[in-house]
Amino acid sequence: MKRRSLLLGMGAALATGPFALASEARATLRIGLTPVFLDDQAAFLNRWRDYLQQRTGVPIQFVQRSSYREILEQVVTGELDLAWLCGFPYVMERRYLRLMVAPVFQGKPEYHSYLIGQSTQDADDIADLKDKVFAFSDPNSFSGYLYPRHRLQQEGFAIEGYFRRSFFTWSHRKVVEAVAVGLADAGAVAGYVWETMDKLYPRVTANTRVIRRSAAYGFPPFVARADLDGDVFERVQAVFLAMRHDVDGARLLEELNLDGFVPAEDAMYESIAEIAKDSRLAG
Amino acid sequence: MFRNLSFRYKIPLRATLLVLITAFMLTAAIVLREYDQMRSDIFDNAENLGQVLARTLITPIQYDDLWRAFEIINIPAHATKPSSLAADLLLVVDAEQRVLVSSQPRYHPVSTPLADLGEIYAALADEIANLGLYASRAVELPDSGYFHLLMPIVHDGVPLGVLVMEYPKSIYKPRFYSIVSRSAFITLLVLLVLLPLSWYWGRRMADPLVQLADCMGMVSERIPDTQECRLYQSRDEIGRAGEQLKRMLLALSEKQALEQQIIASERLAAIGRITAGIAHEVNNPLGGMLNAISTWKRHGQPEHLAEKTLPLLERGLLQIKETVAALLVEARVQSHPLTDADLHDIQTLLQPHINNKRLSLKWQGALAEAVDLPSTQVRQVLMNLLLNAVQAADPGSQVLCGTELKDGCLLIRVENQGEPIPPEQQSHLFEPFVSHSQQGHGLGLWVTYQLVQQMHGDIYVNSIASGTTVFVVCLPIGGSER
Repeated sequence: MKRRSLLLGMGAALATGPFALASEARATLRIGLTPVFLDDQAAFLNRWRDYLQQRTGVPIQFVQRSSYREILEQVVTGELDLAWLCGFPYVMERRYLRLMVAPVFQGKPEYHSYLIGQSTQDADDIADLKDKVFAFSDPNSFSGYLYPRHRLQQEGFAIEGYFRRSFFTWSHRKVVEAVAVGLADAGAVAGYVWETMDKLYPRVTANTRVIRRSAAYGFPPFVARADLDGDVFERVQAVFLAMRHDVDGARLLEELNLDGFVPAEDAMYESIAEIAKDSRLAG
Repeated sequence: MFRNLSFRYKIPLRATLLVLITAFMLTAAIVLREYDQMRSDIFDNAENLGQVLARTLITPIQYDDLWRAFEIINIPAHATKPSSLAADLLLVVDAEQRVLVSSQPRYHPVSTPLADLGEIYAALADEIANLGLYASRAVELPDSGYFHLLMPIVHDGVPLGVLVMEYPKSIYKPRFYSIVSRSAFITLLVLLVLLPLSWYWGRRMADPLVQLADCMGMVSERIPDTQECRLYQSRDEIGRAGEQLKRMLLALSEKQALEQQIIASERLAAIGRITAGIAHEVNNPLGGMLNAISTWKRHGQPEHLAEKTLPLLERGLLQIKETVAALLVEARVQSHPLTDADLHDIQTLLQPHINNKRLSLKWQGALAEAVDLPSTQVRQVLMNLLLNAVQAADPGSQVLCGTELKDGCLLIRVENQGEPIPPEQQSHLFEPFVSHSQQGHGLGLWVTYQLVQQMHGDIYVNSIASGTTVFVVCLPIGGSER
């Protein structure tokens, strides 16, 4: 089911993607989605798209890819109009991007990086996980890769060779699952995803344990390509901001486990940018 | 038990056994074949699945994408509905035989050497080491409840690892049971038809035999009429046996009639001999007496002649009385129970006769206590037999007398060496007036026989050509009171 919806999404994107560009041009607003949230609920995505379409009056297409990088590249090159990205790729490529809105989670437009382990894991911090099997989500994820890597650097360890084995699952959700089934001893995951899963799939999260929560960082924002038409930008931003004020929007937000959206500002991602710079990755 | 059973049941039972054995063997053969087929089916299915998985796993292994590899092997390992393809465990080991990924990661942690996972996996590691590049192998380890399929994962001729698929051996069970129950059902149906049939045929086969046996069973003192036997008419073995039986029955009844005729005439002959004997014994003194009376009459009945004649008459009458007395064996003589002293008396009485003929007497056995048998009769029996033996014994030979208590009987055995009794005489031995020697009136053995009969005993004689004659008397103790 999970795989199939992913494949279907990809198939649809491929069919309408590059070829659709030429003919329909800018008529359709293309929004790239990354697994910063539970992006594998096809029915929910359809309802959300219909809602946005109705409210903006613009045909909308959601585009899903298997990694952050693909979405990032497409929004940078202008193939996508909008994207829901992690703060880390945003700060890397911010000259080509324009912040639109940031989701509000538990009252603030912030989230945490969770270091999780198996429920039997008695580690206290990442420093206790030497020679374990570790799951990252995506190399372009802040909470699922950059942050734990930075933490190790701070502790004085190089990430290479520190773990017995590490791998990417390309999705936060799958990091939780990999730890839950025991494939990985521990993993790094966006706190928002873990908390949402804890609500929706408590039997999965019951097999995991949050070892440590990071400080608060800017929640993965919706960004627009820098040259998106200003009218369209504002119209779409207004719809996002108003979502929490109407019944349908509120229901969708509830399913997203979010409180709403606020205008995103560059300052919210400064701390991520600093860590990226610290890790000598900032562009 | 079975040996004594009637053919009426024996033949149907044997037929039933044959039917059952045949049914069982056929069922077993079918089940075995099906089992083999099923096994190869399962192996084929597993191998096909393994080949697909091995190809799919190449990319994730190359790209070190552990999660993707896990997702691939996790699909067949967690098939929601149980099928013959549902592997219990799928495990991928790398080229160094370390766990790359397992569908049960908790039990098989990533990067653990396969050999460290337990005996079974250590054995599998050996199998993997000997695995070719392209050939999969099914391994059935004897001490494991699983069989394993090893499928090499090869890309461009380079071994990347091996996919291990673990199936419970019990995977056969549901299908095996269904095969067995289906076969059993068909066998049962066949048996339902065959068993009554075999009983019917068995009964039909047995009936002529039973009739034959029943007819033969009727042959006892009376020979059954051929009309009474309902025999099976045919030319087969039983029919022929029946025909033969009829012929034998006919011959038997003829023989029986003949025998009855012979017995009757024999009886008449014996009566004739006895009558002749009595007549002779009575006639002898009668002749003398009548002569004496005639002489006495002729001489005008003188006194002196009367004095001579009367004693002569008396002697003649006494002789007749003696003869008649001997014929009327006295049965009701009061006598004390037989004791050892009685036997000693007989020895003493016999001694002069023994000495006369210079014989030796060997006496065996003694009576420890009184035996409940009339002593007078037993003494007479013993005396008669011994006197006969002494008479018939060759001079200088030994006469043997033995007494023994056995099975509630007093066994008396008298044995002598001498001229044997010819067979034709043996059948008339115990008749009166049949004397085979010059002395005696031929009543001794007849009296002996009568006495033994009165005591409900038996007497036998055995005289063999080499010259030993043995008389054996068996007297049941307390028998005279019966």
